[in-house]
Amino acid sequence: MKDDAQRIAIPRAINWNRLQDDKDLEVWNRLTVNFWLPEKVPLSNDVQSWATLTPEEQTLTIRVFTGLTLLDTIQNAVGAPAMMADAITPHEEAVLSNVAFMEAVHARSYSSIFSTLCSTKEVDEAFRWSEENPHLQAKARAVLETYAPGADPLKRKIASVFLESFLFYSGFYLPMYWSSRAKLTNTADLIRLIIRDEAVHGYYIGYKFQRGMETQTEARRQELKDYAFNLLFELYDIESRYTEELYDDIGLTEEVKVFLHYNANKALQNLGFEALFPPEAAEVNPAILAALSPDSENHDFFSGSGSSYVIGRAVATEDEDWDF
Amino acid sequence: MPGLVYFSSASGNTARFIGQLGLAAARIPVSPKEALPELPDDYVLICPTYADGEGRGAVPKQVIRFLNAPEHRARLRGVIATGNRNFGRFYGMAGDVIAAKCNVPLMYKFELAGTTADLARVREGLSKFWGTECLMTA
Repeated sequence: MKDDAQRIAIPRAINWNRLQDDKDLEVWNRLTVNFWLPEKVPLSNDVQSWATLTPEEQTLTIRVFTGLTLLDTIQNAVGAPAMMADAITPHEEAVLSNVAFMEAVHARSYSSIFSTLCSTKEVDEAFRWSEENPHLQAKARAVLETYAPGADPLKRKIASVFLESFLFYSGFYLPMYWSSRAKLTNTADLIRLIIRDEAVHGYYIGYKFQRGMETQTEARRQELKDYAFNLLFELYDIESRYTEELYDDIGLTEEVKVFLHYNANKALQNLGFEALFPPEAAEVNPAILAALSPDSENHDFFSGSGSSYVIGRAVATEDEDWDF
Repeated sequence: MPGLVYFSSASGNTARFIGQLGLAAARIPVSPKEALPELPDDYVLICPTYADGEGRGAVPKQVIRFLNAPEHRARLRGVIATGNRNFGRFYGMAGDVIAAKCNVPLMYKFELAGTTADLARVREGLSKFWGTECLMTA
């Protein structure tokens, strides 16, 4: 934790040429290079595709996006600012200010999708739904509790990694599903930009959590690990019910739950913990994986199929760095 | 003896995979000031991916520096890449770049610290690969 008294005594200007942690600059560079705005994506090309969805599918999609908007709003207004106060280095604080702003961009993006594809009445109705849905409210509250003033900074990071790397995915599933069926493909492009950002956020906050863990006693490390797994169980329970309510009618609940297992495991790995769900419970439908990382083949030279020994398309290799 | 060389930054995903794999592996140091450990005669490289939104910077600088030495490159027999599917088409791209630059097969990709299924796949695949290699050179 920062020493507030000392900071007040000596206001310090941030010097990016004196780093305490190289990861701060690495992640700052990654995030700033990846900066984007929703105007970059031609969402209006999805108007015709939107019309092919049934009214139920449209309502589901709008609701899913309002749920995602709520999480982005929380992370923008509460989560990232709360972690800024916990920052160990001034550069970490600066990186988190970028995280906070990008969460605002994400939240803004869903409204761009809405204004392009939906009627005001439908959208207002969905925002009302998001305020009244007990499961969505429960997950928001569970995370907000850890962000409250005076809460444990490392527990805050645990909840934050779960938000970034786990809680979004019951929602992200749907645009990936539509994309795998060649629907709302521009919307999916925008969601992939959000997914990419959340991956860097989850990675960085998880990394800072691991650095924080190193300074703790063994007993405290065990306490934090128990806390993390208990919180994950609690959130998973809420997510399961949220998923059932949203996806039962369209028959996708079981598939979405597998996607939740897969992402819960990745969230735990970001925190430096082992996976919880066994691989067979986390085997995501290949169509969804392909929608997540299109054109990225599943390389398995070991299988001996031969098809994997393919040199990909010409890629940016930054030849100046290589001597040969 | 054939073996493994890997890079893992301070976030430690690849190091955790190696720890679980239970095979001897030499780690390319994070800091250029640190000395290289002794290398196996022939090796497969396990490398994480750090690409940005345009695919730039996929291969960590430390790994590029390592592969710039011809004597290191000469012993490289294949590459396994780690990454995160959330980076879309640039998932595990360090593997594609290294395979293309060094003309070795890209053997496998897995996410973050891998799953128990990835561990089994890599253990089995490497043992088969080195088995075949030994027969070929015998």
